[in-house]
Amino acid sequence: MPEETLSFIFLNAVLANNFVLALFLGLCPFLGVSGKLDTALPMGLATMFVMLVSSVCAYLINLLLVSFEIEFLRLIAYIAVIASAVQLVEMALKKFSPGLFRSLGIFLPLITTNCAILGLALFQTFKEYDFLQSLVYALGAGAGFTLAILLMAGLREKLDLSTMPTITQGAAVSLMLGGLLSLSFMGFAGLGG
Amino acid sequence: MRNEDELTMTKRENDTITWETFNEGLWRENPVFVMLLGMCPVLAVTNSAINALAMGLATTFVLLASGALISLLRRSIPKQVRIATYIVIIATFVTIVDYTIQAISLDLYNALGAFIQLIVVNCIILGRAEAYASRNRPLKAMTNALGMGMGFTFALLCLGVVREILGAGSLFGFDLFGPRFQPWVVMVLPPGGFLVLGAWLLLFEWIRQRKARTALKPATET
Repeated sequence: MPEETLSFIFLNAVLANNFVLALFLGLCPFLGVSGKLDTALPMGLATMFVMLVSSVCAYLINLLLVSFEIEFLRLIAYIAVIASAVQLVEMALKKFSPGLFRSLGIFLPLITTNCAILGLALFQTFKEYDFLQSLVYALGAGAGFTLAILLMAGLREKLDLSTMPTITQGAAVSLMLGGLLSLSFMGFAGLGG
Repeated sequence: MRNEDELTMTKRENDTITWETFNEGLWRENPVFVMLLGMCPVLAVTNSAINALAMGLATTFVLLASGALISLLRRSIPKQVRIATYIVIIATFVTIVDYTIQAISLDLYNALGAFIQLIVVNCIILGRAEAYASRNRPLKAMTNALGMGMGFTFALLCLGVVREILGAGSLFGFDLFGPRFQPWVVMVLPPGGFLVLGAWLLLFEWIRQRKARTALKPATET
Protein backbone atom coordinates (compact mmCIF):
# COMPACT_ATOMS: atom_id res chain seq x y z
CA MET A 1 0.00 0.00 0.00
CA PRO A 2 2.29 2.78 -1.17
CA GLU A 3 -0.33 5.53 -0.70
CA GLU A 4 -0.08 5.30 3.10
CA THR A 5 1.96 8.23 4.37
CA LEU A 6 4.53 7.71 7.09
CA SER A 7 2.66 9.80 9.64
CA PHE A 8 -0.48 7.78 8.99
CA ILE A 9 1.36 4.52 9.60
CA PHE A 10 2.84 5.87 12.82
CA LEU A 11 -0.42 7.21 14.27
CA ASN A 12 -2.28 4.11 13.18
CA ALA A 13 0.16 1.86 15.04
CA VAL A 14 0.22 4.01 18.18
CA LEU A 15 -3.46 4.79 18.61
CA ALA A 16 -6.06 3.32 16.28
CA ASN A 17 -4.53 -0.13 15.97
CA ASN A 18 -2.60 -0.14 19.22
CA PHE A 19 -0.78 -3.46 19.40
CA VAL A 20 -1.83 -4.27 22.94
CA LEU A 21 -5.29 -2.81 23.28
CA ALA A 22 -6.72 -3.35 19.80
CA LEU A 23 -4.76 -6.26 18.35
CA PHE A 24 -4.11 -8.20 21.58
CA LEU A 25 -0.41 -8.64 20.98
CA GLY A 26 2.08 -8.71 23.82
CA LEU A 27 -0.37 -9.27 26.64
CA CYS A 28 1.99 -11.30 28.84
CA PRO A 29 4.34 -8.39 29.64
CA PHE A 30 1.37 -6.01 29.60
CA LEU A 31 -0.19 -7.90 32.50
CA GLY A 32 3.03 -9.13 34.07
CA VAL A 33 5.37 -6.12 34.21
CA SER A 34 2.80 -3.36 34.61
CA GLY A 35 2.88 -3.40 38.40
CA LYS A 36 5.21 -0.42 38.78
CA LEU A 37 6.00 2.59 36.61
CA ASP A 38 9.75 2.15 37.24
CA THR A 39 9.87 -1.24 35.55
CA ALA A 40 7.15 -0.58 32.99
CA LEU A 41 9.08 2.19 31.22
CA PRO A 42 12.31 0.23 30.62
CA MET A 43 10.27 -2.79 29.60
CA GLY A 44 8.48 -0.67 27.01
CA LEU A 45 11.72 0.83 25.74
CA ALA A 46 13.46 -2.56 25.56
CA THR A 47 10.53 -3.97 23.61
CA MET A 48 10.61 -0.96 21.29
CA PHE A 49 14.32 -1.47 20.64
CA VAL A 50 13.88 -5.18 19.90
CA MET A 51 11.00 -4.27 17.61
CA LEU A 52 13.18 -1.87 15.62
CA VAL A 53 16.04 -4.35 15.29
CA SER A 54 13.83 -7.27 14.36
CA SER A 55 11.82 -5.16 11.93
CA VAL A 56 14.96 -4.23 10.00
CA CYS A 57 16.21 -7.83 10.07
CA ALA A 58 12.83 -9.19 9.06
CA TYR A 59 12.69 -6.83 6.10
CA LEU A 60 16.10 -7.95 4.83
CA ILE A 61 15.38 -11.63 5.45
CA ASN A 62 12.10 -11.39 3.61
CA LEU A 63 13.92 -9.96 0.57
CA LEU A 64 16.29 -12.91 0.71
CA LEU A 65 13.52 -15.49 1.15
CA VAL A 66 11.47 -14.04 -1.70
CA SER A 67 14.43 -13.99 -4.06
CA PHE A 68 15.05 -17.70 -3.37
CA GLU A 69 11.29 -18.51 -3.36
CA ILE A 70 11.40 -20.20 0.05
CA GLU A 71 8.73 -18.16 1.82
CA PHE A 72 7.58 -21.18 3.82
CA LEU A 73 10.70 -20.78 5.94
CA ARG A 74 9.65 -17.25 6.93
CA LEU A 75 8.33 -18.13 10.38
CA ILE A 76 11.42 -20.10 11.39
CA ALA A 77 13.80 -17.43 10.09
CA TYR A 78 11.96 -14.61 11.85
CA ILE A 79 11.82 -16.30 15.21
CA ALA A 80 15.52 -17.15 15.08
CA VAL A 81 16.39 -13.51 14.36
CA ILE A 82 14.16 -12.24 17.15
CA ALA A 83 15.70 -14.66 19.63
CA SER A 84 19.18 -13.37 18.79
CA ALA A 85 18.07 -9.73 19.01
CA VAL A 86 16.67 -10.35 22.47
CA GLN A 87 19.89 -12.02 23.51
CA LEU A 88 21.74 -8.89 22.37
CA VAL A 89 19.52 -6.59 24.43
CA GLU A 90 19.88 -8.87 27.42
CA MET A 91 23.67 -8.82 27.26
CA ALA A 92 23.76 -5.05 26.80
CA LEU A 93 21.44 -4.46 29.76
CA LYS A 94 23.37 -6.87 31.97
CA LYS A 95 26.56 -4.95 31.23
CA PHE A 96 25.29 -1.38 31.48
CA SER A 97 22.47 -1.60 34.02
CA PRO A 98 22.57 -4.68 36.27
CA GLY A 99 19.90 -3.34 38.62
CA LEU A 100 17.42 -2.92 35.82
CA PHE A 101 18.42 -6.33 34.50
CA ARG A 102 17.44 -7.92 37.79
CA SER A 103 14.17 -6.04 38.17
CA LEU A 104 12.95 -7.10 34.72
CA GLY A 105 13.85 -10.69 35.57
CA ILE A 106 12.29 -13.47 33.58
CA PHE A 107 10.34 -11.04 31.43
CA LEU A 108 13.44 -9.95 29.57
CA PRO A 109 14.19 -13.29 27.86
CA LEU A 110 10.44 -13.68 27.47
CA ILE A 111 10.46 -10.77 25.01
CA THR A 112 11.36 -13.54 22.56
CA THR A 113 7.94 -15.03 23.04
CA ASN A 114 6.27 -11.63 23.02
CA CYS A 115 3.85 -11.98 20.16
CA ALA A 116 3.95 -8.23 19.50
CA ILE A 117 7.41 -8.60 17.99
CA LEU A 118 6.74 -11.59 15.77
CA GLY A 119 3.35 -10.05 14.97
CA LEU A 120 5.03 -6.84 13.86
CA ALA A 121 7.41 -8.74 11.57
CA LEU A 122 4.52 -10.71 10.07
CA PHE A 123 2.22 -7.71 9.64
CA GLN A 124 4.81 -5.61 7.87
CA THR A 125 5.35 -8.53 5.49
CA PHE A 126 1.62 -8.97 4.85
CA LYS A 127 1.14 -5.25 4.27
CA GLU A 128 4.14 -5.15 1.93
CA TYR A 129 5.69 -2.09 3.54
CA ASP A 130 8.95 -0.82 2.09
CA PHE A 131 12.01 -0.28 4.25
CA LEU A 132 11.19 3.18 5.58
CA GLN A 133 7.55 2.30 6.16
CA SER A 134 8.55 -0.82 8.13
CA LEU A 135 10.86 1.24 10.27
CA VAL A 136 8.16 3.80 11.08
CA TYR A 137 5.66 1.02 11.70
CA ALA A 138 8.04 -0.61 14.19
CA LEU A 139 8.62 2.73 15.90
CA GLY A 140 4.87 3.32 16.16
CA ALA A 141 4.17 -0.16 17.44
CA GLY A 142 6.87 0.19 20.07
CA ALA A 143 5.59 3.60 21.14
CA GLY A 144 2.05 2.21 21.31
CA PHE A 145 3.20 -0.69 23.47
CA THR A 146 5.10 1.65 25.79
CA LEU A 147 2.08 3.95 26.03
CA ALA A 148 -0.25 1.10 26.90
CA ILE A 149 2.03 -0.45 29.52
CA LEU A 150 2.68 2.97 31.12
CA LEU A 151 -1.03 3.78 31.34
CA MET A 152 -1.67 0.39 32.87
CA ALA A 153 1.18 0.74 35.38
CA GLY A 154 -0.07 4.18 36.46
CA LEU A 155 -3.56 2.84 37.00
CA ARG A 156 -2.35 -0.16 38.93
CA GLU A 157 -0.15 1.96 41.20
CA LYS A 158 -3.23 4.00 42.12
CA LEU A 159 -5.25 0.85 42.56
CA ASP A 160 -2.78 -0.56 45.07
CA LEU A 161 -3.67 2.28 47.43
CA SER A 162 -7.37 1.57 47.42
CA THR A 163 -9.25 -1.22 49.11
CA MET A 164 -11.00 -3.80 47.00
CA PRO A 165 -13.03 -6.94 47.64
CA THR A 166 -10.70 -9.93 48.00
CA ILE A 167 -11.96 -11.77 44.95
CA THR A 168 -11.00 -8.96 42.60
CA GLN A 169 -7.39 -8.89 43.69
CA GLY A 170 -4.91 -10.30 41.19
CA ALA A 171 -5.40 -10.77 37.51
CA ALA A 172 -9.13 -10.21 37.27
CA VAL A 173 -9.02 -6.53 38.08
CA SER A 174 -6.07 -5.98 35.73
CA LEU A 175 -8.10 -7.51 32.93
CA MET A 176 -11.07 -5.30 33.74
CA LEU A 177 -8.76 -2.28 33.64
CA GLY A 178 -7.40 -3.48 30.32
CA GLY A 179 -10.96 -3.72 29.04
CA LEU A 180 -11.70 -0.14 30.03
CA LEU A 181 -8.45 1.12 28.48
CA SER A 182 -9.23 -0.79 25.32
CA LEU A 183 -12.72 0.69 25.28
CA SER A 184 -11.30 4.20 25.48
CA PHE A 185 -8.76 3.47 22.73
CA MET A 186 -11.64 2.47 20.47
CA GLY A 187 -12.41 6.18 20.35
CA PHE A 188 -9.37 6.55 18.10
CA ALA A 189 -10.79 4.10 15.58
CA GLY A 190 -11.80 6.85 13.19
CA LEU A 191 -8.19 7.96 12.81
CA GLY A 192 -7.01 4.89 10.94
CA GLY A 193 -8.36 2.00 8.98
CA MET B 1 25.13 -51.65 32.37
CA ARG B 2 23.59 -52.85 35.62
CA ASN B 3 23.67 -49.32 36.91
CA GLU B 4 21.76 -48.10 33.92
CA ASP B 5 19.16 -50.80 34.44
CA GLU B 6 18.64 -49.71 38.02
CA LEU B 7 18.34 -46.15 36.87
CA THR B 8 15.62 -46.98 34.41
CA MET B 9 13.88 -49.07 37.05
CA THR B 10 13.73 -46.22 39.54
CA LYS B 11 12.71 -43.91 36.77
CA ARG B 12 9.87 -46.12 35.71
CA GLU B 13 8.32 -45.99 39.16
CA ASN B 14 7.23 -42.37 38.87
CA ASP B 15 6.60 -42.84 35.21
CA THR B 16 3.07 -44.14 35.27
CA ILE B 17 0.43 -42.26 33.38
CA THR B 18 -2.44 -41.43 35.68
CA TRP B 19 -5.58 -39.41 35.32
CA GLU B 20 -3.68 -36.65 37.09
CA THR B 21 -1.20 -36.39 34.19
CA PHE B 22 -4.08 -35.51 31.95
CA ASN B 23 -6.18 -33.55 34.39
CA GLU B 24 -3.31 -31.27 35.36
CA GLY B 25 -3.70 -29.27 32.18
CA LEU B 26 -7.44 -29.68 31.83
CA TRP B 27 -8.44 -28.27 35.16
CA ARG B 28 -6.03 -28.10 38.09
CA GLU B 29 -3.42 -26.01 36.27
CA ASN B 30 -5.56 -24.82 33.42
CA PRO B 31 -3.18 -22.73 31.28
CA VAL B 32 -5.61 -19.85 30.82
CA PHE B 33 -7.66 -19.61 33.99
CA VAL B 34 -5.02 -20.62 36.52
CA MET B 35 -1.64 -19.86 35.00
CA LEU B 36 -2.66 -16.95 32.75
CA LEU B 37 -0.46 -18.11 29.89
CA GLY B 38 -0.95 -17.58 26.20
CA MET B 39 -3.33 -14.69 26.67
CA CYS B 40 -2.96 -13.16 23.22
CA PRO B 41 -4.84 -15.77 21.18
CA VAL B 42 -7.26 -16.26 24.08
CA LEU B 43 -8.49 -12.70 23.77
CA ALA B 44 -7.93 -12.10 20.08
CA VAL B 45 -9.66 -14.96 18.31
CA THR B 46 -12.51 -15.70 20.70
CA ASN B 47 -15.02 -13.37 19.07
CA SER B 48 -16.94 -16.40 17.85
CA ALA B 49 -17.20 -19.97 19.12
CA ILE B 50 -16.05 -21.53 15.85
CA ASN B 51 -12.87 -19.43 15.74
CA ALA B 52 -12.18 -20.35 19.35
CA LEU B 53 -12.60 -24.05 18.62
CA ALA B 54 -10.34 -23.92 15.56
CA MET B 55 -7.65 -22.05 17.43
CA GLY B 56 -7.86 -24.47 20.35
CA LEU B 57 -7.52 -27.51 18.11
CA ALA B 58 -4.62 -26.02 16.16
CA THR B 59 -2.79 -25.25 19.39
CA THR B 60 -3.53 -28.73 20.72
CA PHE B 61 -2.05 -30.29 17.61
CA VAL B 62 1.13 -28.23 17.89
CA LEU B 63 1.39 -29.06 21.61
CA LEU B 64 1.00 -32.78 20.95
CA ALA B 65 3.35 -33.01 18.00
CA SER B 66 6.09 -30.82 19.45
CA GLY B 67 5.75 -32.55 22.83
CA ALA B 68 6.20 -35.96 21.22
CA LEU B 69 9.19 -34.93 19.11
CA ILE B 70 10.96 -33.05 21.90
CA SER B 71 10.39 -35.95 24.27
CA LEU B 72 11.86 -38.37 21.72
CA LEU B 73 14.89 -36.15 21.18
CA ARG B 74 15.33 -35.19 24.83
CA ARG B 75 18.62 -37.05 25.22
CA SER B 76 20.22 -35.72 22.05
CA ILE B 77 19.40 -32.01 22.45
CA PRO B 78 22.35 -30.19 24.09
CA LYS B 79 21.38 -28.19 27.15
CA GLN B 80 22.84 -24.88 25.91
CA VAL B 81 20.81 -24.64 22.72
CA ARG B 82 17.64 -26.32 23.90
CA ILE B 83 15.39 -23.25 23.77
CA ALA B 84 16.42 -22.47 20.21
CA THR B 85 15.88 -26.11 19.26
CA TYR B 86 12.42 -26.14 20.83
CA ILE B 87 11.45 -22.96 19.01
CA VAL B 88 12.56 -24.34 15.66
CA ILE B 89 10.65 -27.60 16.25
CA ILE B 90 7.54 -25.67 17.29
CA ALA B 91 7.85 -23.31 14.32
CA THR B 92 8.00 -26.29 11.97
CA PHE B 93 4.73 -27.73 13.25
CA VAL B 94 3.08 -24.32 13.23
CA THR B 95 4.04 -23.90 9.58
CA ILE B 96 2.39 -27.26 8.88
CA VAL B 97 -0.81 -26.19 10.69
CA ASP B 98 -0.76 -22.84 8.92
CA TYR B 99 -0.67 -24.38 5.45
CA THR B 100 -3.18 -27.09 6.41
CA ILE B 101 -5.79 -24.59 7.61
CA GLN B 102 -5.20 -22.53 4.48
CA ALA B 103 -5.93 -25.62 2.40
CA ILE B 104 -9.02 -26.70 4.35
CA SER B 105 -10.88 -23.42 4.80
CA LEU B 106 -9.77 -20.06 3.50
CA ASP B 107 -12.55 -18.29 5.44
CA LEU B 108 -11.27 -19.67 8.72
CA TYR B 109 -7.72 -18.79 7.73
CA ASN B 110 -8.70 -15.19 7.09
CA ALA B 111 -10.69 -14.98 10.33
CA LEU B 112 -7.78 -16.22 12.45
CA GLY B 113 -5.29 -14.09 10.53
CA ALA B 114 -1.76 -13.89 11.83
CA PHE B 115 -2.73 -15.66 15.04
CA ILE B 116 -2.15 -19.10 13.55
CA GLN B 117 1.47 -18.21 12.89
CA LEU B 118 1.66 -16.59 16.29
CA ILE B 119 1.08 -20.00 17.92
CA VAL B 120 4.89 -20.16 17.77
CA VAL B 121 5.19 -17.59 20.52
CA ASN B 122 2.43 -19.05 22.67
CA CYS B 123 4.10 -19.41 26.06
CA ILE B 124 2.08 -22.55 26.88
CA ILE B 125 3.85 -24.59 24.22
CA LEU B 126 7.38 -23.51 25.05
CA GLY B 127 6.58 -23.83 28.74
CA ARG B 128 5.38 -27.41 28.34
CA ALA B 129 8.39 -28.27 26.20
CA GLU B 130 10.78 -26.95 28.82
CA ALA B 131 8.99 -28.17 31.92
CA TYR B 132 7.51 -31.46 30.82
CA ALA B 133 8.37 -32.89 27.41
CA SER B 134 12.12 -32.57 27.96
CA ARG B 135 11.89 -34.67 31.13
CA ASN B 136 9.35 -37.36 30.40
CA ARG B 137 8.68 -40.37 28.23
CA PRO B 138 6.96 -39.60 24.89
CA LEU B 139 3.67 -41.24 25.85
CA LYS B 140 3.45 -39.40 29.15
CA ALA B 141 4.44 -36.12 27.57
CA MET B 142 1.77 -36.59 24.94
CA THR B 143 -0.90 -37.37 27.55
CA ASN B 144 0.00 -34.22 29.43
CA ALA B 145 0.11 -32.19 26.22
CA LEU B 146 -3.34 -33.47 25.28
CA GLY B 147 -4.66 -32.41 28.68
CA MET B 148 -3.11 -28.97 28.33
CA GLY B 149 -4.48 -28.62 24.81
CA MET B 150 -7.95 -29.65 25.94
CA GLY B 151 -7.77 -27.22 28.85
CA PHE B 152 -6.77 -24.45 26.48
CA THR B 153 -9.55 -25.33 24.04
CA PHE B 154 -12.04 -25.44 26.90
CA ALA B 155 -11.00 -21.98 28.07
CA LEU B 156 -11.18 -20.57 24.55
CA LEU B 157 -14.65 -22.04 24.13
CA CYS B 158 -15.76 -20.54 27.46
CA LEU B 159 -14.86 -17.12 26.15
CA GLY B 160 -15.95 -17.68 22.57
CA VAL B 161 -19.42 -18.93 23.50
CA VAL B 162 -20.14 -16.06 25.89
CA ARG B 163 -18.85 -13.42 23.51
CA GLU B 164 -20.71 -14.78 20.51
CA ILE B 165 -24.02 -15.12 22.38
CA LEU B 166 -23.84 -11.63 23.86
CA GLY B 167 -22.21 -9.87 20.94
CA ALA B 168 -23.89 -11.45 17.96
CA GLY B 169 -26.86 -13.36 19.41
CA SER B 170 -25.76 -16.61 17.82
CA LEU B 171 -23.85 -19.77 18.68
CA PHE B 172 -21.57 -21.52 16.17
CA GLY B 173 -23.21 -19.34 13.52
CA PHE B 174 -26.80 -20.38 14.37
CA ASP B 175 -29.14 -17.57 15.28
CA LEU B 176 -30.42 -17.98 18.84
CA PHE B 177 -32.76 -15.13 19.62
CA GLY B 178 -34.35 -14.21 16.30
CA PRO B 179 -34.30 -10.84 14.56
CA ARG B 180 -35.45 -8.72 17.51
CA PHE B 181 -32.30 -9.33 19.52
CA GLN B 182 -30.21 -6.23 20.01
CA PRO B 183 -26.59 -7.43 19.93
CA TRP B 184 -24.17 -6.14 22.53
CA VAL B 185 -21.57 -5.28 19.91
CA VAL B 186 -18.80 -4.32 22.30
CA MET B 187 -18.51 -7.97 23.32
CA VAL B 188 -17.13 -9.06 19.95
CA LEU B 189 -14.84 -6.03 19.81
CA PRO B 190 -11.46 -5.99 21.65
CA PRO B 191 -12.73 -4.65 25.03
CA GLY B 192 -15.18 -7.55 25.27
CA GLY B 193 -12.30 -10.02 25.38
CA PHE B 194 -10.77 -8.34 28.41
CA LEU B 195 -14.09 -7.96 30.19
CA VAL B 196 -15.32 -11.52 29.62
CA LEU B 197 -12.02 -13.09 30.68
CA GLY B 198 -12.01 -10.83 33.75
CA ALA B 199 -15.52 -11.98 34.57
CA TRP B 200 -14.60 -15.67 34.24
CA LEU B 201 -11.59 -15.14 36.52
CA LEU B 202 -13.79 -13.44 39.09
CA LEU B 203 -16.19 -16.37 38.98
CA PHE B 204 -13.44 -18.96 39.44
CA GLU B 205 -11.83 -16.96 42.23
CA TRP B 206 -15.18 -16.69 43.97
CA ILE B 207 -15.73 -20.45 43.73
CA ARG B 208 -12.20 -21.13 44.98
CA GLN B 209 -12.56 -18.85 47.98
CA ARG B 210 -15.95 -20.28 48.87
CA LYS B 211 -14.50 -23.78 48.74
CA ALA B 212 -11.57 -22.74 50.90
CA ARG B 213 -13.90 -21.14 53.43
CA THR B 214 -16.18 -24.15 53.74
CA ALA B 215 -13.18 -26.48 54.01
CA LEU B 216 -11.63 -24.32 56.70
CA LYS B 217 -14.69 -23.88 58.88
CA PRO B 218 -14.91 -27.24 60.67
CA ALA B 219 -11.16 -27.27 61.43
CA THR B 220 -10.65 -23.81 62.89
CA GLU B 221 -13.62 -21.77 63.95
CA THR B 222 -12.86 -18.20 62.90
